[in-house]
Amino acid sequence: MTKPKPKKPKPKLKQLHLNLDWCKGCGICAAFCPTNVLEIDDKDKVTAARAQDCICCKLCELRCPDLAIDVETE
Amino acid sequence: MAVKDYLRERFFPHMWCPGCGHGTVLNGLLRAVEKLGMSKNEMVMVSGIGCSSRISGYVDFHTLHTLHGRALAFATGVKLSKPELTVLVPMGDGDALAIGGNHFIHAARRNIDITALVMNNRIYGMTGGQFSPMSGYGTSATTAPYSNIDHSFDVVELSKAAGATFVARTTAYHVQNMADIIRKAILHEGFSVVEVLTQCPTYFGRKNRMGGAVEMVKWLKDNTTPIGSKAKQENPELIERGVFVQKELPEYCNEYNKVIERATKGR
Repeated sequence: MTKPKPKKPKPKLKQLHLNLDWCKGCGICAAFCPTNVLEIDDKDKVTAARAQDCICCKLCELRCPDLAIDVETE
Repeated sequence: MAVKDYLRERFFPHMWCPGCGHGTVLNGLLRAVEKLGMSKNEMVMVSGIGCSSRISGYVDFHTLHTLHGRALAFATGVKLSKPELTVLVPMGDGDALAIGGNHFIHAARRNIDITALVMNNRIYGMTGGQFSPMSGYGTSATTAPYSNIDHSFDVVELSKAAGATFVARTTAYHVQNMADIIRKAILHEGFSVVEVLTQCPTYFGRKNRMGGAVEMVKWLKDNTTPIGSKAKQENPELIERGVFVQKELPEYCNEYNKVIERATKGR
């Protein structure tokens, strides 16, 4: 019998760096976030409305066409 | 090295429109380069003209911004004179397949070790939304207000037929897959073609009533499927993505070195 692999510890969010100077408010990050963390505010910029729900999948960071998101994990 | 270290941050925010897929391609490309742990000094990016070709201004590699459609010709020169460098050639669909169509097929035929990225947004964005060889039958563009009657190329089939030894397709939605495919393409020795389907919300999206950037990215998700999937059998309209060709054939610079050796034998 093979031993079960030790589970990787889940990454924990340290900080969501949102570069508002680079963000153009296209909304791709918010639309495809699996836990609905991000929103586009009335100034057409990204905002972390529910940062506590972030699972650090980094899909927003990868999809952002403006390279404006950096998900920092612990 | 962090992804940001490969950027020329002084040129940001970049000039691409909000929601333009080219930014996502830049993002994926940098992830691939970072994962390979390559230094900026061993990378050369050669681009032509167009929205997509502006990418070479944003990366802190050796970069050349050259003539429309001729990026592969310049890249061939760079690679032959310095074969130890890794040469990347990002092109738009018009740049690669209309203006540079001949350079494209002949670079593929020679199997020179260059990575060609075809950022296919199906339109000429920079010049105002004219239809490109990838727009496809029945689409609208500023130069096809009563719908386009030109059929499009299939980049994958074209590259295969021209002799490229690595051919892949991915999209701006499948970002992890994109970074992975670009990484494989860079590692491959020979001519690699990666077609990335991207969105142009400003022209293609607006002219074809596809909605904004989010809806267009969703379209990429809904209308593509991995190679040989069951979904493709049920719906042949779906566009396949993945690595179509990966084979080993003699590489051009190696063959050229052999010619030099033969010619200078005994001297």
